[in-house]
Amino acid sequence: MLYFSKLRIVSVIVFTVIFSYFAFSNFIKFDDKFFSKNINLGLDLQGGSYLLLEIDNRPVITQKLQAKIIELKRYFKEKQITLKNFSLKEDTISFETTNNEIENVKNILNDKESDVNTYYPTYKSHEFDVLEDGNLFSLNYSRYGLVLLKNSSLDQAIEIVRRRVDEVGTNEPNILKRGNDRILVELPGLDDPNRIKSLLGKTANLTFQFISQNNEESFGTEKLSFEDGSRDAIVSKRIILSGDNLVDAKPTMNSQTNETVVSFSLDRVGAKKFGKATSTGVGKQLAIVLDGKIISAPSIREPIIGGSGQISGDFTFQSATDLALLLRSGALPAPLNIIEERTVGPDLGQDSIDAGILSLFIGFLLVILFMIYKYRAFGLIANLALVSNLFLLIGILTLFEATLTLPGIAGIILTVGMAVDANVLIFERIKEETKNEKNPIIAFDAGYTKSRTTILDANITTLIAAFILFFMGSGPVKGFSVTLGVGILTTLFSVYFIARLLTSLYVVKNKDKEQLL
Amino acid sequence: MNNISFNKFYRKFNILSLILIVISLVFLIFKGLNYGVDFKGGTLIELRTTDKTNNISLIRDSLNQMNLGDVSVKKFGNETDFIVKFEKQNSNDPEFIKNIKNKLSSSIGEIDFRRVENVGPKVSSELLKSGIIAISLSLAAMLLYIWIRFEWQFSLGAILAIFHDVIITLGLFSIFSLEINLSIVAAVLTIVGYSMNDTVVIFDRVRENLRKYSDIKIFDLTNISINETLSRTIITSVTTLLALLSIYLFGGEILKGFSLAMILGVIFGTYSSIYIANPILVALNVSQRTIVKEEEKN
Repeated sequence: MLYFSKLRIVSVIVFTVIFSYFAFSNFIKFDDKFFSKNINLGLDLQGGSYLLLEIDNRPVITQKLQAKIIELKRYFKEKQITLKNFSLKEDTISFETTNNEIENVKNILNDKESDVNTYYPTYKSHEFDVLEDGNLFSLNYSRYGLVLLKNSSLDQAIEIVRRRVDEVGTNEPNILKRGNDRILVELPGLDDPNRIKSLLGKTANLTFQFISQNNEESFGTEKLSFEDGSRDAIVSKRIILSGDNLVDAKPTMNSQTNETVVSFSLDRVGAKKFGKATSTGVGKQLAIVLDGKIISAPSIREPIIGGSGQISGDFTFQSATDLALLLRSGALPAPLNIIEERTVGPDLGQDSIDAGILSLFIGFLLVILFMIYKYRAFGLIANLALVSNLFLLIGILTLFEATLTLPGIAGIILTVGMAVDANVLIFERIKEETKNEKNPIIAFDAGYTKSRTTILDANITTLIAAFILFFMGSGPVKGFSVTLGVGILTTLFSVYFIARLLTSLYVVKNKDKEQLL
Repeated sequence: MNNISFNKFYRKFNILSLILIVISLVFLIFKGLNYGVDFKGGTLIELRTTDKTNNISLIRDSLNQMNLGDVSVKKFGNETDFIVKFEKQNSNDPEFIKNIKNKLSSSIGEIDFRRVENVGPKVSSELLKSGIIAISLSLAAMLLYIWIRFEWQFSLGAILAIFHDVIITLGLFSIFSLEINLSIVAAVLTIVGYSMNDTVVIFDRVRENLRKYSDIKIFDLTNISINETLSRTIITSVTTLLALLSIYLFGGEILKGFSLAMILGVIFGTYSSIYIANPILVALNVSQRTIVKEEEKN
């Protein structure tokens, strides 16, 4: 165990130097990206906001089911099959058919080539589960149908969230999917997430609808209240134009009224629709509706055919900017709820870094002094291994751009405390061996060999804990598991290569001395 | 070499451990754990006031007017720092935190929100569930590992030692109403790893000695093994405790609970490797035949 070939010595040194270099690269600045890497600081250390959003898919499901009913009606009408008594209750579509059509309807719904109930060969499942009871049919989203629906609404939502966050222009936001109905938003450096929260909390469904003069519109009417809550209005359900047709929106100053307004421009299709509606509706009031609330309802004085317009409505410059931003980024497919929020101010983050470094330094010093007191020259060797262990650990974390959190710093300090364990095991074993063996080289060799399985067993158990923490933990705790796990690997390296190399050099040089350890 | 008769006290310490476990379980069942916002849901705010004369009751009074549910206010390190916790969680209302800040500023002067944590009920129950799963999984994984590496008697001893450490550490958290949050779960898992590490070192020696001496009874054999590994046990515990103490004293308020749990865990882990794991080998009457039989089978 004590023999080292020249090649081995060189490779241990090279390896140590290279990885240790990256520990220092945190403090050196080069132009080259690879050579001046920085460890990532977690939000708890650099300050920032962490938001976990959950999509409320219920409105989407209801919408899709309503559309499905219309589709079914149309499809079976074409096939000249009569379906009646359609109803939608608790996410279940049900309808009845005549007795002699039961088989027919069943075949259509369960056909793998079905046009109205798509079959997904990869999941071996239809979009809807079909249940029949006599002539009564009921359709439910199947498990996979629901998963696909959720995934597609999550994909849309994450895109919109990204656009909105990007528009606010925070520093390197991190936006990730979590499961099939959650979005994680990390905003480093942001200590007041209120604006982002209010932007993400709005679906931003914009529609233009006429205020109804009589209650007998062919599309039906609905009662909506104004944004400021001052009054209600009866609005036609016919949607003239929606936010989808917008190509741009920005806050501007209306030079005549000296008011802040949001001016928008429409795409070709939108401009055409808007032009047509405003030419036939001169004199009517056009309600501008956002998420079910009327922002304003100006009267149309003349047809608007240029494909651009203005929304007025008691805006401050800030609220006009935000509305323009929401309109530009598009509507969310479903409302988002913030189910978890963690914000750390930048000065607390800095305090945590300072406290972490101070306690690392003190812990390190105490362990080093204790080892020298206990083992003298070999304590020095163990300490050299400990120092290089620390450099290797920080170097590897830097190289792989791992995220360092406050518990992660605790993990490093704990590694320092526990790293000497392996060397202690070896040294104590060597002491025992020396009692029966006069030749120090043989005694040292036996000490290393006999303690090896114990050291491996002991470290593998801790590694298991670190692995499980990594896969089960979240955020800061994950950071802890990373430093703990990497710390074990670097500990084994520093003990078996660095400390062993130094020990062998020392022992071979001093083999004639009495009682080395 | 040390020669301390640890084995003389096996019975006495086993009774002590049993009493501690029963007390811990009684507290865990009837008093329960003091879950933080991570596991209970709600809002946590760490704030710093500019005015040193502010006191806890002033902050509590002004928050109580806001209908936030159960409010708790505690000093947090510095004289000017406080931790405020309350049940209400209303992250969807972007004005919620702002309103609280305004309200507090108006009654106690300029304040700085250093940290805000707001956890919904769904997330907190998920975090609790995944915490419990993580701890159970790691126990199972280690049981499996020890079972593969040693004989079943050893693995039973190691696992009981770990249960002992985890139950008593959590029991102390319950008795002193210390807060359980995500980082405590990490601490418990590390305790599990450390305690296992300690037990494995002694067990390895027991196994080695079982092969070496066929005429020594397990009762004395465990004592020899404990003594042979004693200096290592002490040195490693000391260095680990030095590091942990440094975190506890200088690592800031946020790491206090975490490092305290670890310190308790290391102490109980060291104790249990000697006084729980080994007596179980004795109780199960492990002998040279136990390991030889296993080795023949393989």
